[in-house]
Amino acid sequence: MTAQNIEPCGEADVYREEILDHSRQPRNKQVMIDATFKSQRRNMSCGDSMEIFVKLGEGEKVAQLTFDGVGCAISQATASMLTEEATGKTLDEIMALSERDIFELLGTEVGPARIRCAMLALETLKKGIEEYRK
Amino acid sequence: MSWFKKNRQNDFPTYKFERGAGRPYHFLDSAASALTPKIVLEAMDLYYRTYRANVHRGLYRASAKATASYEAARENIANFLHAAPEEVVFTRGATESLNLVAYSLAATLQPEDEVVISIMEHHANFVPWQQFAQRFGFKLRIIPITKNFELDKEEARKIIGPKTKILSLVHVSNVLGTVNPVKELSALAHQYGATVIVDAAQSVGHRPVDFAELGCDFLAFSGHKTYGPTGIGALIGRYSALSQLSPFLYGGEMIAEVTKEYSVWNEVPHKFEAGTPNIAGAIGLSAAVDYMQEIGLDELAKHERELTAYAIAQLSTIEDVTIIGPGADQDRGGAVSFSVENIHPHDLAHILGNHGVCVRGGHHCAMPLMQELDLPGTTRASFGIYSQPKDIDALVKAVKYVRNKFGS
Ligand SMILES: Cc1ncc(COP(=O)(O)O)c(C=O)c1O
Repeated sequence: MTAQNIEPCGEADVYREEILDHSRQPRNKQVMIDATFKSQRRNMSCGDSMEIFVKLGEGEKVAQLTFDGVGCAISQATASMLTEEATGKTLDEIMALSERDIFELLGTEVGPARIRCAMLALETLKKGIEEYRK
Repeated sequence: MSWFKKNRQNDFPTYKFERGAGRPYHFLDSAASALTPKIVLEAMDLYYRTYRANVHRGLYRASAKATASYEAARENIANFLHAAPEEVVFTRGATESLNLVAYSLAATLQPEDEVVISIMEHHANFVPWQQFAQRFGFKLRIIPITKNFELDKEEARKIIGPKTKILSLVHVSNVLGTVNPVKELSALAHQYGATVIVDAAQSVGHRPVDFAELGCDFLAFSGHKTYGPTGIGALIGRYSALSQLSPFLYGGEMIAEVTKEYSVWNEVPHKFEAGTPNIAGAIGLSAAVDYMQEIGLDELAKHERELTAYAIAQLSTIEDVTIIGPGADQDRGGAVSFSVENIHPHDLAHILGNHGVCVRGGHHCAMPLMQELDLPGTTRASFGIYSQPKDIDALVKAVKYVRNKFGS
């Protein structure tokens, strides 16, 4: 394929009503004081910042997951959706989540210009798990 | 708009292509890169088709013509900016021009020396000085801005002084549209014997720029922001200043003599053009200069001024929109940055893009400025000679749409 045959903007509309709803009214957006561990990450090029709080229950299962931060609708909505999705999962199950799973949550693929926004929450969470396990 | 007489979109093949694809297309991102007119494409095409050869080397027809055209391009650009042909060094663009000067000058500085820039610099005129300050130990001093998004001249007068060895300043801000008093501050810095560099990436091609009149020692710009091709630009340097500067890249073409032990540099400007240059780029940029001169720089400036005023007025009618930059009553450039409350610039620019409104959202390679303004970024509309009021109408309509969509 030559460099000219690429059409990068074929993605469906990321800004569906469900996503806007999560960004307007994020679920589980609060600081957790009694977290087992927390993790923070910034996306300097967007000015986004994300903090994720994890409370573990039995068998390394996530009992409660919250987040706090500022950023674009995509980073905020994925964080909100991820807190719902990952609650009840084991840390191993969370570590196995990939870009594909985030696209599934969002209901669409995200192009290269916004992929870092979409991945910020999961990356922050995984970084926290890695540090917790050290 | 009755005041809008001429539509030059037919000069730019991109419009035909986008219309043919049946897409809405409102290009408002000229500050990032301007569209290219047909005559520039044709000039480069002619080179590749009919006199494709290297410059300064072959003794045959095509090479002689390529050399003559390349040097004629240099002369054309020199005349355009009121410099001498020897004072034009072809580079990849403003970034390389600024790095060339920074690399060559920074190594001559002592720990007690100071380099002065402003908080509104593009990374291309910020990061090199920051990095060299760390490497060579000189002090980097940063002129702040006022509440009205203008350079704080009072502070500038305090900062520029006997320790100032270099003043490197952006002419027109790519974020705020602010026009800086470079002539005045250049004169001030020269009183202290400093070298003055002007980043003219957003002024060349948008308003008349006279290198001799500005009084600076070096001036940097990019061809792709002035209706030329990508990958070409120039460093304009006063002959005496260029003569004192060490070369930046070593290789072919920049030398007069090489022995096993030593090398003698070629004369200015060739000593700064190591290797095979961007020949087609220089020829294309020269055609872009012809295009701009045929329209006239005053006309280009007037066109942008009117669109800028219209954009600021129209955007200001939208609730929750704040213009980040001087008002239209000021002498300002055509970059119109704005923010919309509770909507991240990346979300806004992304949805505008889906509507065929091409703007840029983000920090615009000016992160220190964004930190200073405490903004994650801005959304920016900017104009070229092809831009029309209806492009701004489309922008306004789409911003209103996004506000509704995001409205809680
Ligand atoms: C003010 C300013 N300076 C420097 C540059 C760098 O130009 P280039 O990327 O063409 O080297 C830009 C481009 O965005 C600019 O707007």
